[in-house]
Amino acid sequence: MQKSLHLDPNKCTGCLQCEMACAWEKYETFTIAKSRIKVFTFHHEGRFVPYTCTQCDEAWCLIACPVDAIKLDPVTGAKIVLEPTCVGCKVCTIACPFGTINYVAQTGKVQKCDLCDGDPACAKACPTGAITYVDADWTGLGKMRAWAGKTDTTAATA
Amino acid sequence: MAWTRNVLRVNLSAGTCTPEPLNMTWAQDYLGQRGLATKYFVSEVDPKVDPFAPENELIFVTGPLTGTMASTGGRYSVVTKGPLTGAIACSNSGGYFGAELKFAGWDMLIFEGASPKPVYLLLIDGKAELVDAGSLWGKTVWETEEEIKKVHQDPQIRVAAIGRAGEIGVLYAGIVNDLHRAAGRSGVGAVMGSKNLKAVAVRGTRTDSYPLANPKAFLAATEAAKKVLAANGVTGQGLPTYGTQVLMNVINELGALPTRNHRDIQFEGAGDISGEAMHRKRPTDGKANLVTNGACFGCTIACGRISRMDPGHFTVKDKPQYQGASGGVEYEAAWALGAANGVNDLEALTYANFLCNEHGFDPISFGATVGAAMELYDLGILTKDEVGFELPFGSTEAMVKLAELTARGEGFGKEIGMGSRRLCAKYGRPDLSMTVKGQEFPAYDGRGLQGMGLAYATSNRGACHLRGYMVSPEVLGIPVKMDPQATEGKAAMLKAFQDLTAVVDSAGICLFTTFAWGLADIQPQIQAACEGDWSPERLLLVGERIWNMEREFNLAAGLTKKDDCLPPRLMKEEAKTGPQKGAVSKLDVMLPEYYEVRGWTAEGVPTAGTRARLGV
Amino acid sequence: MRHVIIGSGPAGVIAAETLRKADPAAEITVLCGEGEPPYARMAIPYLLKGDIDEAGTFIRKDQDHYGRMRIGLVEGRALAVDTAARVVDLGDGPGLPWDRLLVATGSRPSREKIPGIDLPGVRTCWTLEDARALLAGIRPGTRVVQMGAGFVGCIIMEGLLARGADLTILVRSGYMVRRMMNPTASGLIRRWCESKGVKILTRTQPLALSANGGALKVDLGEGRSLDADLYLSVVGVDPNLEFLAGSGVEIGQGVVVDANLQSSVPGVYAAGDVAESPDVVTGKRQLNAIQPNAAEQGRTAALNMAGHPTRFKGSFVFNVLTTLGLAASSFGEWQGVPGGESTEVLDESRFRYLNLQFDGDRLVGANCVGFGDHVGAFRGLIEGRRRLGAWKRRLMDDPARVMQAYVETAVPACGAG
Repeated sequence: MQKSLHLDPNKCTGCLQCEMACAWEKYETFTIAKSRIKVFTFHHEGRFVPYTCTQCDEAWCLIACPVDAIKLDPVTGAKIVLEPTCVGCKVCTIACPFGTINYVAQTGKVQKCDLCDGDPACAKACPTGAITYVDADWTGLGKMRAWAGKTDTTAATA
Repeated sequence: MAWTRNVLRVNLSAGTCTPEPLNMTWAQDYLGQRGLATKYFVSEVDPKVDPFAPENELIFVTGPLTGTMASTGGRYSVVTKGPLTGAIACSNSGGYFGAELKFAGWDMLIFEGASPKPVYLLLIDGKAELVDAGSLWGKTVWETEEEIKKVHQDPQIRVAAIGRAGEIGVLYAGIVNDLHRAAGRSGVGAVMGSKNLKAVAVRGTRTDSYPLANPKAFLAATEAAKKVLAANGVTGQGLPTYGTQVLMNVINELGALPTRNHRDIQFEGAGDISGEAMHRKRPTDGKANLVTNGACFGCTIACGRISRMDPGHFTVKDKPQYQGASGGVEYEAAWALGAANGVNDLEALTYANFLCNEHGFDPISFGATVGAAMELYDLGILTKDEVGFELPFGSTEAMVKLAELTARGEGFGKEIGMGSRRLCAKYGRPDLSMTVKGQEFPAYDGRGLQGMGLAYATSNRGACHLRGYMVSPEVLGIPVKMDPQATEGKAAMLKAFQDLTAVVDSAGICLFTTFAWGLADIQPQIQAACEGDWSPERLLLVGERIWNMEREFNLAAGLTKKDDCLPPRLMKEEAKTGPQKGAVSKLDVMLPEYYEVRGWTAEGVPTAGTRARLGV
Repeated sequence: MRHVIIGSGPAGVIAAETLRKADPAAEITVLCGEGEPPYARMAIPYLLKGDIDEAGTFIRKDQDHYGRMRIGLVEGRALAVDTAARVVDLGDGPGLPWDRLLVATGSRPSREKIPGIDLPGVRTCWTLEDARALLAGIRPGTRVVQMGAGFVGCIIMEGLLARGADLTILVRSGYMVRRMMNPTASGLIRRWCESKGVKILTRTQPLALSANGGALKVDLGEGRSLDADLYLSVVGVDPNLEFLAGSGVEIGQGVVVDANLQSSVPGVYAAGDVAESPDVVTGKRQLNAIQPNAAEQGRTAALNMAGHPTRFKGSFVFNVLTTLGLAASSFGEWQGVPGGESTEVLDESRFRYLNLQFDGDRLVGANCVGFGDHVGAFRGLIEGRRRLGAWKRRLMDDPARVMQAYVETAVPACGAG
């Protein structure tokens, strides 16, 4: 059974430990701008929403990459950026309709969540259980993806 | 990532931004944040300086653990000479701003001089520039933050700003970051306003890492310390669920909740404005005041209150900007806006708290000053003609109206904006000002909690609960339970708390961790982050050094033993009700003992021996 | 089943790989026309900059990949297609027979029609061979006059400067990248280039080129001229379609395809730069010569060829380019729609700009300069035709909050208030 990150906004307090853990895991820095998971704050709703790549089946980024710099990890299902191969053309960043693959100016490469080889640092760092790494069936990810693929939806909070 | 070793010196008069290396010798002696910035401040500023003169400096500073995975590692402080007190001012804030300042590469920003026109400082990675703020002047904190993010097209920019209160010199104006986190006390925002500095906006994406002395040990130490927070009843359950508001009923029942300008020591409406009340569904709209708890940067406690008001409440009925969620009342604010003036309307307190955040002024000093004004009114010294409306104790309408007027510097709000000491002096009753060194008390009565009384009297920045939180031993039994009315051992315990607090405030972490953490939990985190030897003994010495340095500044500024006092009401008027009934402050017993354990003379001056021992 | 794919760019390669997965028994042949392993033109700017070597441009790094996947790479150019006999004419030999044919021939640089365009010293930048010539021909101080500042013209500048070129850009219209960016964005990119030492002459195009010793004279008319060591002509691209003349395949601007990317001739499909397919937002048929479109069409066409009917959800016009380090992107109807609303915010001194176009409460287009994070959300919002509700007004106030708008409107687990 493949596992997925389960992100539960209702448990998130916006502490950003996950962002630091991610930045540390990948770059040995706490600079959260380097994090591949982001907590979005909706101040007026009092909501904190952790968000990162869902490792979607469509793999828009992987398919759009012109130089084969994004690979599928057969064990975790993660789409992984091969930094030495990436040329930094940014095509994947506009191809991903989820906005979860980003260019990093300092490295000249793109970055995205790679599930840390199946032991995600963000989930380990989350103090409230808002981020967990669980069997894919439990995540509601399918529902999330299906929704994201639909059109003409009206914002729930609109 | 301990120290970035970069200081930015901003000369607002000349409009220049000049980086300089951090003085690492001082960093070894004063750690960071409160201690280190104060060292810079006292070395560069004449203690007699007029707080509003360009010669006063304003320093924003982070600690070595700011912007790290240490729980609560997101704090920054603002150090200046306070206009409310004339003493050293050091105001500490959470939110996300401090960590971002670190990520942008700065330990410290030193503002000198005064800008000829409104500006804000924009810090993007290593770059620093002063940007014209003409169009932002007069705008609220909330509008300013939104506008800066919009103009620079980056929602991740963090902003610390002053509102109208800081611009017009409300003496307890604060600096608000991330919309509802504040360096709130002592008027640091008014100093910022006097320098025509509207905001500091910061964004740090740089990868340069500032090495931790021992990364592996640091991650292990922070991980272990987080477990301690999670397992502790206060930090693991009480604070996340009720925030600091967990204290409202506790302190009231204990008989230490100052009420109606300290006339009473218990508030009959405490339950209505408590943490429990924030969870209750309102009869009007079926929703609770509290939406959720929120964390500051890196905080695994998450005590922050995020509240949404009843949209039908009279204060916000036609004002959609207050109908969304925002920073709700913490204990001190709920007390000051509520019990201190006899108001028990939680929604009104929330509204007034929103105004404090929106316009940038301290709800503690504001609420307490309203309480003093209400007493002056009650005594017939202040009249409806002077105020413009009725001002009886318990008037929700009057409290709210004064918050609006104070924010804008209009009408009687101008008087309230001076703070309680100046207000009461102006009307001939200085004895009615519930202040120390000109700063209003927070939410604990020095008669009910003797140690807190001593803490207030000796606090270097005026009355303050965050300089030596004797509530811990006197109420919560941390680290040991002490009888609230006892005087014995209080001086020594307070000194220990004051010194430890100075360390915590200099490290970049939140004081609230000390409900669960002792020095044994904190020290390994500092040791692993910072180069050098940071033994527990040395840390306490650093804390004591900081305390004495602040004391020396205040003495040089003209303060004396006479300023280590409590208002006559606390010394003479007996507590009327509750478990502490009949109590008055026994400060006169505790103070000499305190001077002694501090190694000070009977006049409260550090002895030559103490100075030599601490190297001040 | 014999599948033949004409063209070894991203559309062709992805189609071949998709076919292999979908149809393990099929015979798959890819016709390569340049004598190179399949490579990505998108990577050429980085080759010029010196970031990568030629192998870094290859679409698949492991050259055994194609053999392992039993994809036959055949060198040659299609001269014609006989759709009745189902054979691709390669000029010599018996031709390539097919059961299903994919036209993925891409495009080639447009040719300026001016005297002297065939002189030595005139180059374009499109193929690996072009890149080799530029790498060999540009030294520190080489005077390069570049005609054209479209997508290609912009992304190669950094490489030219990295080689030490003294660069002058001629722009026929008043605006750089005018097919992607509005005048404000374009002006910002221009000032950025000028701040990096590039000379830019707008409303300028050469009348003729002439040899001038070992160099070139670029005649700009009215007595004006420029001396150049190298004239670089990058004035846009045209689809490679000529070989389809007489095949019966309907040609408009490109190969006209239906929702399954099949042309007017059953069994003949098209993908990538040559395919004229309906736009996902407007429904209008158009060419869409961008990398992600090529990749997605290659995959979809292959699934249909393998007998798995798959609708192409429509091509989406968007692109991203980096000009001397300044990122800019454009999405959908960035020029706006009739009756729509727009909002923009410009931070000129920091080279940041954002323009959003709305139709009702839907985002339909955007232009961004210097705005980097989460740009994919623009695609998600526009292509998904998301109703923004209250976020419309918030984005009108502050366009940079687009990712927040996306997160809250697109993900129910997050958005349910």
